[in-house]
Amino acid sequence: MIVPFGHVFLLAGLIFAMGLVCLVAQRNLIMTLVGVEVMMNAAAIAFIAASLRWQLMEGQVFMLFILAVAAAEVSVGLAIVVNVYRRTGSIDPDHYDILKG
Amino acid sequence: MSLYAAIFYALAIVILTATGLAITRRQPIHAVLYLIVAFLGTAALFFLLGAPLLAAFVIILYAGAIMVLILFVIMLFQRSPREIGQLPQWGPATLLGIVFLAVAVAMVFKDPGSGIVLQGAAAQPKDFGHFLFDRYWLAVEIISVLLLVALVAIIQVGKGRDTGGDEAERQINPVRNSSGALIHGGIVSKSTPTAEQRAFAAPKWLRPRRRGIVSNGVKEGRS
Repeated sequence: MIVPFGHVFLLAGLIFAMGLVCLVAQRNLIMTLVGVEVMMNAAAIAFIAASLRWQLMEGQVFMLFILAVAAAEVSVGLAIVVNVYRRTGSIDPDHYDILKG
Repeated sequence: MSLYAAIFYALAIVILTATGLAITRRQPIHAVLYLIVAFLGTAALFFLLGAPLLAAFVIILYAGAIMVLILFVIMLFQRSPREIGQLPQWGPATLLGIVFLAVAVAMVFKDPGSGIVLQGAAAQPKDFGHFLFDRYWLAVEIISVLLLVALVAIIQVGKGRDTGGDEAERQINPVRNSSGALIHGGIVSKSTPTAEQRAFAAPKWLRPRRRGIVSNGVKEGRS
C-alpha cells in the first residue's frame, strides 16, 4: 500500500511541466538540454508507476530504453553545443543569425 | 498514512524542490548540481516503486555519467559564455506550463483508475534481465545501434570544419585565460608549460578562436 496511482502521475506531470517551462524559457543551450533531461525523468517516473499499477514489467523495460535514448540525446546535443560555441562564441540561440541576409 | 506513503511524499517534495531550483538557475553549473539531487531522489522513488535495478541505473547513468558529461562540457567553456542580455521568456513559458499541467491534472483525475492504491512489489534484477532478453532482445540490439550512430555523429560534429581529425594530436596548445596565463585544474601559473601539462590541455577544436595567440604551442606575447 503506497499511494494512489494518480498522485504519482501528478508528480510526473508536475516535473514534466517544469521541464517544459525550462526548455521554452531559458536562453542557454545547456539549460535547454537540462529541460529535456527533466522531461525524460518525468516520463520515466510515469512508466515505473504504470509498471507497478498493472504489475507488468514492460514499463521498466521502457524506462531502460528511455535511459539509453537520453544518454545518446544529451551526448549528441552537447557535441552540437560545443561545435556551435566554437563557431560563434556564444551559446545563446538568438545569436545564431548568420542566415539573416 | 502509511510509512511508504510518507516516504513517497517526502521524496516528491525533494524532487520537486530540486527540479524547481534547477530550472530557474542562470548558471548552468548550479542547475546541473541541483539536477543531480533531483535524480538521486528519483532513484529513491524508483526503489520505492519496485524497480531496484533501475534505481541503480539512474544513479550510475543519470546522476553519474550524463550529469558529469554536462559538467565537463560546462567546464570546457573556459570563460563564462557571454552574459545573456535580455530576460528569459518566463511569462509565456509559465503560462504554457500551467495550461499543460491543468489539462494533465484533469485527465489524470478523470480516469476512474487513478484512485487505485498501488500495491508494493519489486522486480528482482534476475527476473528483469530474463524478461528483457527474452522478449525485448531486438529492442536492446536496436538501442546498441542507436548508441553507435550517436558515437559516429559526435565524432563527426566534434571534428569541426577547419581541423582535420589528427590535428588535435599534432598541435596541442595550453589553455589560456584572458590574461594569457595558463590554466590547469583551476591553478593559474605563469610559467612555461611542461610536457605533462601540455598533454592535459584542451585540444584546439575545443577552444573558441581568439587573436593574439599563435596556435603552435610556443609561448609568445599577446599582440
